[in-house]
Amino acid sequence: MTELSYIEAIKTAMYEEMERDEDVFIIGEDVGAKGGVFRATEGLYDTFGSDRVIDAPLAESGIVGVGIGAAMYGMRPIAEIQFADFILPAVNQIVSEAAKIRYRSNNDWNCPITIRAPYGGGVNGALYHSQSLEAMFSNQPGLKVVIPSTPYDAKGLLKAAIRDNDPVLYFEHKRAYRLLKETLPEEDYVVPIGKADVKRTGEDITIITYGLCVHHSLQAAESLAEENIDVHVLDLRTVYPLDQEAIIEAANKTGKVLLVTEDNKEGSVIGEVAAIIAEHCLFELDAPVKRLAAPDAPSMPYAHVLEKEFLITKEKIEHEARQLAHF
Amino acid sequence: MMKKNKHTSLGLTDDDVLAMYRTMLLTRKIDERMLLLNRSGQIPFLVSGKGQEAAQIGAAFALDTKVDYVAPYYRDMAVVLHFGMTTKELMLLAFAKEEDPNSAGRQMPGHYGQKKNNIITGSSPVSTQVPHAVGFALASRIKQDPFVTLVTLGDGSTNQGDFHEGLNFAGVHQLPVITFVQNNKFAISVPFEKQVASENIAVRASSYGMPGIIVDGNDPLDVYQAVKKARERAINDEGPTLIEAVTERLSAHSSDDNDQLYRTVEELKEAHANDCLVTFANYLEEVGLLNETIKADLQNEIMNEVNEATTYAEKASYADVRTITDYVYEV
Repeated sequence: MTELSYIEAIKTAMYEEMERDEDVFIIGEDVGAKGGVFRATEGLYDTFGSDRVIDAPLAESGIVGVGIGAAMYGMRPIAEIQFADFILPAVNQIVSEAAKIRYRSNNDWNCPITIRAPYGGGVNGALYHSQSLEAMFSNQPGLKVVIPSTPYDAKGLLKAAIRDNDPVLYFEHKRAYRLLKETLPEEDYVVPIGKADVKRTGEDITIITYGLCVHHSLQAAESLAEENIDVHVLDLRTVYPLDQEAIIEAANKTGKVLLVTEDNKEGSVIGEVAAIIAEHCLFELDAPVKRLAAPDAPSMPYAHVLEKEFLITKEKIEHEARQLAHF
Repeated sequence: MMKKNKHTSLGLTDDDVLAMYRTMLLTRKIDERMLLLNRSGQIPFLVSGKGQEAAQIGAAFALDTKVDYVAPYYRDMAVVLHFGMTTKELMLLAFAKEEDPNSAGRQMPGHYGQKKNNIITGSSPVSTQVPHAVGFALASRIKQDPFVTLVTLGDGSTNQGDFHEGLNFAGVHQLPVITFVQNNKFAISVPFEKQVASENIAVRASSYGMPGIIVDGNDPLDVYQAVKKARERAINDEGPTLIEAVTERLSAHSSDDNDQLYRTVEELKEAHANDCLVTFANYLEEVGLLNETIKADLQNEIMNEVNEATTYAEKASYADVRTITDYVYEV
């Protein structure tokens, strides 16, 4: 048993998968000698060499497109996008190509690529180093979109993504990198893609969320417990395609649902979660579904006070959860 | 007096050049049939490669179809025929039937892909296949698998970011990939001079650390020679090559396009004067390999093949509607 931070869990997953399977390689900006701007690939260049830890030219569509080609040949590329904010030049490759390769070839070809992208705010990242862009990829059949909330899940989901025979977009929260630590088992394990996870059981209200907001929600739940509000927390883990069964079960359990995301409210992943609940749980609900999300401003401002205003915090969740509990 | 034989010195036998001609003629006849089927309302769409058969067969013939990969674009019927796709399979694609090996009727005609024949699946957004081909080349480098990847595209597509990102990557890593641009001088309706600021496409290679070569795309032997040399460079780990084959588009952009809106009758006449099928047949006649009898026999044989394929594809079944969500993910 070793205690690892969220980013160490990511690095360890890559290390172990590269050891296990020589078709796994990393391609991205500054992933080589520097070990990545966040140091997620630290040491891998020295261990596996420049053929398997490839410093790509600064061009995201090229990084993903070259990865897709190698994946179609049978390799298992991990393409690192330096910040999720910079993934946009690669959207055509992700959506028109990776997501559709199996479908358009009627199962003749497939594309086992993993695309890692640090997302989220709280690191003075301003508009272009803070965004949550998962929603724009979460209506693309053929793609899987995962967002781990703990070091355990980070490691297990990344391994599952690398071994998956379809393209997986893996968003990792950059504020979580060194904030979250956990003791992980030594033995090999994967966290299944497509399965949500109950992170806390409770009877009064249900919070459904993902990513770093899981951490904030669990902290809020601890405080609320002191007020005798018993919170159930469901971590989506895979935001596309959603685990409908787990969502319905969690909503029905308490009849009061708070949905939380760091993304802008309108058009976010939790809107789809709300739709699932509306379709399946109407007669089990004891209160209107509540959403807590970032304001519908284009992105997170730089100034500390504005950044904080944009972000989801334990306090904001507590406030909303309390209101819901007393509804 | 017979014309000087040009193909023997390139290492091509008489049978080779006749095979090239056959594929060119077959491509043309399938293309013409598809247009008839489209105009009679039997197939919804067609994107023609008429006039580009020489460039396509010249390039494909220079590759080793057993090991090399191609990432074709939508006009590349001669390329995929040479790589092993059959006339019947092309007709199944045109009719969008279940047995279409490219996509089981999911994709438009011209969107090729067939793993067993090393034809990489493609899409409609142009140039996306360039980084894919570079990725195949990267895989060949990492895994030490000796093969070459050839990617083709049109002249207009060389304006896309993926063309430049792909070539730059290939140049930095000196990968075994050949980028083959078929410059038919039009991007749908917009002529070359309004598309491309550089004097030609080949010169774009100079930014990406690789040779850029212009060849006569109406002469399959010229094209063959250039691609053969590029393949040798690639397989010997000497790096990538960009080849620009200047050719003619003898059709409208697609069955939904009317090229008379932007091309004059004189321009089209001039283009038809360069029709590679005619000029290559003339060459074969001049070197004594083709005459009217051989031509007629070949034509008959090909028309039978096209007729049989048409009938088969017309009668074949569509995919069951219940397959609409099959193969979104691995099952």
